[in-house]
Amino acid sequence: MNIQEIINLVDGESICLSGDSDFEVKRAFASDLMSDVLTLNTEGLLLITGLANMQTIRTAEMAEIKNILFVRNKKPGKEMIELAREEGMNLFLCKKSMFSTCGILHQAGLNPVY
Amino acid sequence: MEFEYPIEGGDFTRAGMASSQVKKVLKQLNIAPAIIKRIAVAMYEAEVNVVAHAFKGTMLVNIMPDKVFIKFIDEGPGIHDIDLAMQEGFSTATESVRQMGFGAGMGLPNIKKNVDELQISSVVNKGTTVELTTYIS
Ligand SMILES: Nc1ncnc2c1ncn2[C@@H]1O[C@H](COP(=O)(O)OP(=O)(O)OP(=O)(O)O)[C@@H](O)[C@H]1O
Ligand SMILES: [Mg+2]
Repeated sequence: MNIQEIINLVDGESICLSGDSDFEVKRAFASDLMSDVLTLNTEGLLLITGLANMQTIRTAEMAEIKNILFVRNKKPGKEMIELAREEGMNLFLCKKSMFSTCGILHQAGLNPVY
Repeated sequence: MEFEYPIEGGDFTRAGMASSQVKKVLKQLNIAPAIIKRIAVAMYEAEVNVVAHAFKGTMLVNIMPDKVFIKFIDEGPGIHDIDLAMQEGFSTATESVRQMGFGAGMGLPNIKKNVDELQISSVVNKGTTVELTTYIS
């Protein structure tokens, strides 16, 4: 599923577009615990999270994740956005809860990692 | 090629900076991306463990033609039972660590999965040493 289509489905907005804006998301994973995220080895991954701190971006950097959707209106800070830019990531934000975001996207056909 | 980085316990804004720099060096050396990702995930988990569980530490990196060796030495509470700590889901992380996005108890088992050799030694109330070896050729 195209990343822009995903963002539209959850009434999201883009916070920083420095990667491929036509990104084809193959699978999504939702977690607030970064060590869970670091166990994945999936290409074309969208990370959905309510954790907005530097470690979210560091985790994505280490795991080669290029697209992050922050839920519950958790706005990434300036330093996070700077690092995301350096790493060529796209950051998105939506106001919906984690549960609601995942429900909408799963229903629309976005695949889970497992 | 050898590098050394200090790691400050409890500092979750800077956690991962050392791993980030080492990852950049590995990229410049044209090591296969799949191997770099495995090293990156493992060293970052080990670096975060020092930040999350210890007072302070050092990360020593030695990049050789055939392997990458990374050693974390910290001063901290140490690990009481290393076998237990290696189990998925085991964590003594505090609530404040969990709020920073860690404490799933997945770090050590995931490090083991991502490196060729993992050695942990620890003295309770003194500190922990974690050694990672990855063969690159
Ligand atoms: N450097 C260390 N010093 C002291 N204790 C440690 C250290 N590294 C790990 N431990 C102990 O081992 C446990 C398991 O570590 P592990 O990395 O698997 O999980 P975690 O750090 O608690 O959570 P996660 O890594 O999933 O965020 C920790 O909760 C802690 O008790
Ligand atoms: Mg850990």
